Formats: sequence, C-alpha cells, structure tokens
Amino acid sequence: MPVATDSNTQRLVETLTARRDVFVGQWADTVGEALQGRLSAAELGRELGELYEAVLQGLASGGLSGRGEAFGEVRSLLIELSRNRARQGFTPTETARSVFALKEVLEPSLTGDAEGARVYLQLARLLDDLGLLTAEAYVRTREEIISSQAEQLLELSTPVVKLWDGVVGVPLVGTLDSARTQVVMEKLLQTLVDSDSTHAIIDITGVPTVDTQVAQHLLKTVLAARMMGAQCTISGIRPQIAQTIVALGIEFGDVPTIASLSDALRQAVKEVAQEADDDVRGLL
Amino acid sequence: MTDRVPILRIGDVLLVSIQVELEDQMVMDLQDDLSQRIVDTGARGVVIDISGLDVVDSFVGRMLATNAAISRMLGAETIVVGMRPAVAMTLVELGLSLKGVRTALNLERGLKLLRRLAAGPADRA
Repeated sequence: MPVATDSNTQRLVETLTARRDVFVGQWADTVGEALQGRLSAAELGRELGELYEAVLQGLASGGLSGRGEAFGEVRSLLIELSRNRARQGFTPTETARSVFALKEVLEPSLTGDAEGARVYLQLARLLDDLGLLTAEAYVRTREEIISSQAEQLLELSTPVVKLWDGVVGVPLVGTLDSARTQVVMEKLLQTLVDSDSTHAIIDITGVPTVDTQVAQHLLKTVLAARMMGAQCTISGIRPQIAQTIVALGIEFGDVPTIASLSDALRQAVKEVAQEADDDVRGLL
Repeated sequence: MTDRVPILRIGDVLLVSIQVELEDQMVMDLQDDLSQRIVDTGARGVVIDISGLDVVDSFVGRMLATNAAISRMLGAETIVVGMRPAVAMTLVELGLSLKGVRTALNLERGLKLLRRLAAGPADRA
C-alpha cells in the first residue's frame, strides 16, 4: 500500500502554495462555467479561495488522510457552501462539481512524474470524500426545507374564521390525518375560548374523501368542542361523500350534519339569537 | 388536614371554583360538602369552574359526572365551565365524554345557561 511520505505531502503543499492564485483562478473559472453565471464571479472566487486555503492548511497539518481535526475547517466550509447552494436551487451535481473541479484543475500540473501521480491519486481520493460530504449536506438541507414547508402547509391549510358573533367556522381542505386533526382541534378550541363563541361549523367541502379514519378524527373534534360547551356542526357534505359514509356504515351519532355551509350558518345564527332572547327573558 | 375546595353561594346557585390540582381526598370531601350544601341551601344550580385545572384525569372526570348526577338527584342542575382546550383534547383521547354533564365555555355563559334552564320549563307551562 502506497503511503504518502512526509516529503511527498510537503512537495504537494509547496506546489499548491506556490501556484495558489493560478489554481484558484482556474478552479473558479471551471466551476463558474458550469454554474452559467448564476453566481457572481467575485463571490465564487472568494468562496473557493477560502476553501482552497482551508484545504491547504488541512494538508499541511493533517497529511493526505482527510480525516480528523485537521480538516474540520474544510468540512464546515463545505457544509456551509452546500447549504447555500441547496437554498439557491442549484442541482446536487452542480454542488458536488464545485469540489470535483479542483481535481481537473490540478491534474495536469501534478501528474508530471510517477511520484507526483501517486500523490495526486491520494489527493483525488481526499477530494472525492469531500465531494460526497457536500452531496450529503445538500440532501440534508433539502430535507430540512421540505419538512419546514410541510409544517407551513399544515399551518396554512387549517384556518379558523369567525363567521358571526358567537359562530366560528373551520373550512377544511385536503386529507385529514391525525397530525392535522390535532392542529385543527387545538386551533378550533382555542378560538372558541378566545372569541367566546358557542357554535362551531366544520366545513368539509374541501375534503376529497371521508373514510373511517377521517370520520373518527372529525368525531373527536366535535366531541372536544362539545365538552367545552360549544355546539359543533359538520357541513359541506357532498352527495358522493354522503353515499360513501352510508356505504361504509360510519356512525356520526348525534353529531348534526348539514349539506351546505350557508344552511349550517343560518341554523347557528338562529340558535345564537334564540339564546340571546332567552337571556333577556331570564333577566325579566 | 387536607385543603377543601370552597363552595360559594350566589343566590340559588352554588359556585365551586377548583383552583388547585385535586388530590383524591379533596375530591371525596368535595362530593360530601357539595351534596350537604345543596340540601342546606336548597340551591337550584351548581357551577363547577375547572379553568384552573391543567390536567383532568379519569378520576376527576368521573367525579364531575358523579357530582352532576348527585346534584340532579337533589334538584340542582350542574354546569361544568371553563374547560381548557388541552383538557378537552385529553379527555377525548382518553375516551371520556362526560356523558350527562352540561358544559359551558365560561362562568358567565354557565350562569346564563342555568337561568335559561330555570326559565325554560316555566315558559312552557
């Protein structure tokens, strides 16, 4: 197994130091070509210059192994670079190429003799590892973006609106799973308390299908609202959905269901007015 | 000597305001005290305010249902008011639906509901 002797590493470091500006310039050009001007040359040059410097430091103190403390700086720079690339919408290939391009740049000047070629191969292996690291960091960042967007979607898709004095509505859009039910329930109950409302209408016009699972979640929400002392109606049941519910044998129990939101609202408003009437009579 | 839950009288309504987490002995004492007070005062309604409770377990849940039933036996209607959203969600998850217990959003609505219930039969008569 060929071991990089200290003298080899030293020669490499000397070469890299001596021709620093040339290499960094070529590197930036190669990467810039692939990115087709979506990143300014100055910024790219600065980024790669820092990276080059860090690699050089790592080589000087840690040799060609590429592991351990010596390359910590390089790794954190690369992770930062991949994060930025992922956010700016570059492809994984373009991101990884930022590292691999250095191999292309260094190849002609390092492989002059057999000894140099051996050192170059080891350096290439090191750069491969670093390239993989960028790909990994890129994927991780993308996953973070996706999960945060899913969260935002959850927030966006469950509004609770006040329809009338004492009446709040929840227009549900999309499929109802247990995570969403939790969010809807929490929001609805909190709104009931905050707005001092006695009637809630859950509109399921935007729910594509109602199976036993979804029905179960709806029932839970209605029960919780009722337990807090509010009336809860389910509206927006399309004919197709009604047929499915009956065919599946889902029992909605004594939960009031109404076909259209407007009818549910009329009913709720009537009840609110009735209660207000009763209150006045109770005082007399 | 454990703490006792205070029972306040407002006209013909008894107000039970639970402000601390309940221990089992307090729950038993409350049941005794409340039934005694209903008989003593001839109250027509009981309002139990649980807005101070962060947690309602199955024991307290059953206590609410039992108290409601006992009060009804003695001629007083029970309203549980001020249940927090988190508590309602926990109870639903536990499968406790507090059957036979009337609820209202807050104390004010609870008192209104009692008045309405008292006025209701008279209107129809």
